[in-house]
Amino acid sequence: MTTANQVLSEVEYEVVGKRPVRPDGVDKVTGRAQYGADLELTGLLHARVLRSPHAHARINSIDTSRAEALAGVRAVVTAADLPFAALSREDLSNDYNRFKFLSDNFLASDKALYRGHAVAAVAAENAHIAEAALDLIDVDYEVLEPVIDVRAAMQDGAPLLHDDLVHTSAMGEISDKPSNVASYMKFDKGDTAAGFANSDVIVEREFTTASVHQGYIEPHNATAHWRADGQINIWCSTQGAFVVRANTADVLRIDVSSVRVTPMEIGGGFGGKVTFYLEPVAALLSRKAGAPVKVLMSRTEVFEGSGPAPGSWMRVKMGADSAGKITAAEIELAFEAGAYPGSPVMQGATCAFACYELENGTVEGYDVVVNKPKTAAYRAPGSPQAAFGVEQVVDELCQKLGVDPVEFRLNNTVTEGSRKVEGPVFQKIGLVECLEAARNHEHYRSPLEGSNRGRGIAAGFWMNRGFHSSVNMTVNPDGTVNLIEGSVDIGGSRASIAQQAAETLGIAYDEIKPQVVDTDSIGFTMVTGGSRTTFATGWAAILAAEDVKQQMVQRAASIWDVPVEDVEYDGGEIRHKSEELSFTFKDLARQLYTTGGGITGTASLDPTGEGNSFGVHLVDVEVDPETGKTEVLRYTAIQDAGKAVHPSYVEGQIQGGAVQGIGWALNEEYYFGDNGQMMNSSFLDYRMPTSLDLPMIDTVIVEVANPGHPYGVRGVGEVPIVPPLAAVANAVGHATNQRLTSLPITPGSVLEATL
Amino acid sequence: MPGLVHVTTTINGNQTDFLCEPRQSLLECLRDVVGMTGSKEGCNDGNCGACTVNLDGRIVTSCLVLGVEAQGAEVNTIEGVASAEGLHPIQQSFLENAALQCGICTPGFIVAAKALLEAEPDADEARIRHWLAGNLCRCTGYDKIVRAVIDAGERMRA
Repeated sequence: MTTANQVLSEVEYEVVGKRPVRPDGVDKVTGRAQYGADLELTGLLHARVLRSPHAHARINSIDTSRAEALAGVRAVVTAADLPFAALSREDLSNDYNRFKFLSDNFLASDKALYRGHAVAAVAAENAHIAEAALDLIDVDYEVLEPVIDVRAAMQDGAPLLHDDLVHTSAMGEISDKPSNVASYMKFDKGDTAAGFANSDVIVEREFTTASVHQGYIEPHNATAHWRADGQINIWCSTQGAFVVRANTADVLRIDVSSVRVTPMEIGGGFGGKVTFYLEPVAALLSRKAGAPVKVLMSRTEVFEGSGPAPGSWMRVKMGADSAGKITAAEIELAFEAGAYPGSPVMQGATCAFACYELENGTVEGYDVVVNKPKTAAYRAPGSPQAAFGVEQVVDELCQKLGVDPVEFRLNNTVTEGSRKVEGPVFQKIGLVECLEAARNHEHYRSPLEGSNRGRGIAAGFWMNRGFHSSVNMTVNPDGTVNLIEGSVDIGGSRASIAQQAAETLGIAYDEIKPQVVDTDSIGFTMVTGGSRTTFATGWAAILAAEDVKQQMVQRAASIWDVPVEDVEYDGGEIRHKSEELSFTFKDLARQLYTTGGGITGTASLDPTGEGNSFGVHLVDVEVDPETGKTEVLRYTAIQDAGKAVHPSYVEGQIQGGAVQGIGWALNEEYYFGDNGQMMNSSFLDYRMPTSLDLPMIDTVIVEVANPGHPYGVRGVGEVPIVPPLAAVANAVGHATNQRLTSLPITPGSVLEATL
Repeated sequence: MPGLVHVTTTINGNQTDFLCEPRQSLLECLRDVVGMTGSKEGCNDGNCGACTVNLDGRIVTSCLVLGVEAQGAEVNTIEGVASAEGLHPIQQSFLENAALQCGICTPGFIVAAKALLEAEPDADEARIRHWLAGNLCRCTGYDKIVRAVIDAGERMRA
């Protein structure tokens, strides 16, 4: 059964690289794991949020009196309860827009900027009363014309979301009048025009992608208790408890030490739970009601009021010479930021050509506000959209040149020392090895037979991140070790971090007891996201384990009364270098309390050297010429993991990312009515892939060790969503002899292109 | 405020009495009234399957069943899958096959897969994919879930 998944290892370890059962597994298969919605507290109230039915409207007034009078209602809040309401432009000075945008996305003050924008919230004795109370809140809206398409929003005369939003260009020029363009960036390398002049083949196309949602199955939730002494306790579903702490303190204008955030088990995030929506609202309700308040989103609220990933427009132009070398490339990207600035267009821009050695390249990006929810991160933010354009243009270059798409990519691949368009130089990377694994794979070597079928290939890139992590590790008298971390476990990271600790200590995996704790109980730890957790928190565990080892050596030296230099730690044993003296880890652990006290190792770090990730995906599809429906017949995903700490969970990341990408390519989109209302805000109408839509997703884990990590680890979570959009589009293109340049590739769009 | 209804039902083999409003779903009754939070709410409109329970031998999305409909019925939830002897083979198989990442959909998948394998322990991949199409998972791409259910079928036949 495992033949479908291969691991091409460079180095073998004792624990790292094995597939143990995850420590939180039993609770999760028995229904006992505590997610945010499962929390129960004494005197808990239940809250619901009132959301704008309009995509763009001025809020003239909000009257909450009828809601407050309803029996069972205990508190109502609006933007008037947020500190922003009492601050003037002068008070906030240069921070005005940033703080207004932050505050307004929790509760809108002067304008509702998307359908689903929160405008008020009610806490009541139960959720049904809270819901009934929402209907009693009278909001006087002045409905404005919305703009929901990125190109339309960039036009002169488009409805403006923000009256005073001006942007600074790449050249440092400030635009002379407000617009929906929040920022503009441009990077250049070499001489792009000269490069095109030297090309024998040029392909230039425009592409669009629809807004898609991260689609985590667990809706956002938050419980807050604003205690009488001013301390706020928050329990929530988040990828980053410290981000919730910092931003809650920021928007409420209180000290971070007044906020304690406990991350509950998280039911998926994919970047969408790096952003948060409910916590300060629950806190305000709790302060007013004098009781803890739990607030949950419905699925419709999740679609309309959280996420999504940006819709985009792109123009891609690439040229190659007759020898199959790329001579120049340029891309223009315009990304929807949603209601407030901050789309991942910069990431899209820096990922766009990352797989190709370019002498000449130009990248331009626009961040554009539109009347949609403020976009949130979604797995390799920005990179899948860019790859959708670039990898199709590369495929078309290969068709025009009559060359094999893997050979063409190998002929133009980046390697150690290659410099990206925007400047950075690659360290040791594994794209060549991924492409070679693709070329050698049985999937690629077997011909695709049958009519209306096509095979697609695409590559993808994500830079990965380091950032802060902390770990504390305490030795128990039975020889086990408590591992305390701040990284919420979204897909097996307790296991992958414990494995690195066990490897370093030279003890068994199940002797490590990992626990994810609240923000008062561990040092600063950044989000579980950016493919950083197994890399950075794993590294913190390694350093904390080294600290434990050093203290164990010191303790042994003191017990034996010998110089510490004469004692060494070797594979779970503490021994004298020349004399017949030794302790197993367990032996010494048993004596700690009577020989000077317990031992706790600690580490906080902010590592660089995260090591970039590349993936190459192969897909075979069949397109029904009658209905236009695309069926995925076979899928193989190849990725450099550096070192797969827990190969099963690495495969899981790759498979899950690939399938989200397949959904993005074929099914998923926010469908809007004329007035900017989302028309498909349920899982019935926003159709994510089901088990029935898919084949097995075969994987190949390539291991080109990352020199920037003790065990060679690279992040793995982001990159698998990058290639599928283009890989599927290339496959459909070959099956139909048509280029599909807009996502999603629905049966309707296929029929339109082919009939 | 509507009056409360007294419901007598059997949950995981134990007679259970609870009071609920006529409008409350079985999912709400299980989670908020009885205090069994293993069944999850992902959509509250029957499309995600995270709240799947077994009602009189048939799997249902408990968000689409009213609590009062449980009167006199046999309800089996994720909390009743493991026993004092240990985990059910499906649960063990999910763990060993790494068939969960975030775990929020896992209770629904396990309850659904158990109903299938008890009737058809030799269900093949196609049958399993068809049966589980009512349960959404966003993390795994289903590969390892389908493999875990195939593996569990083998364990249950052994």
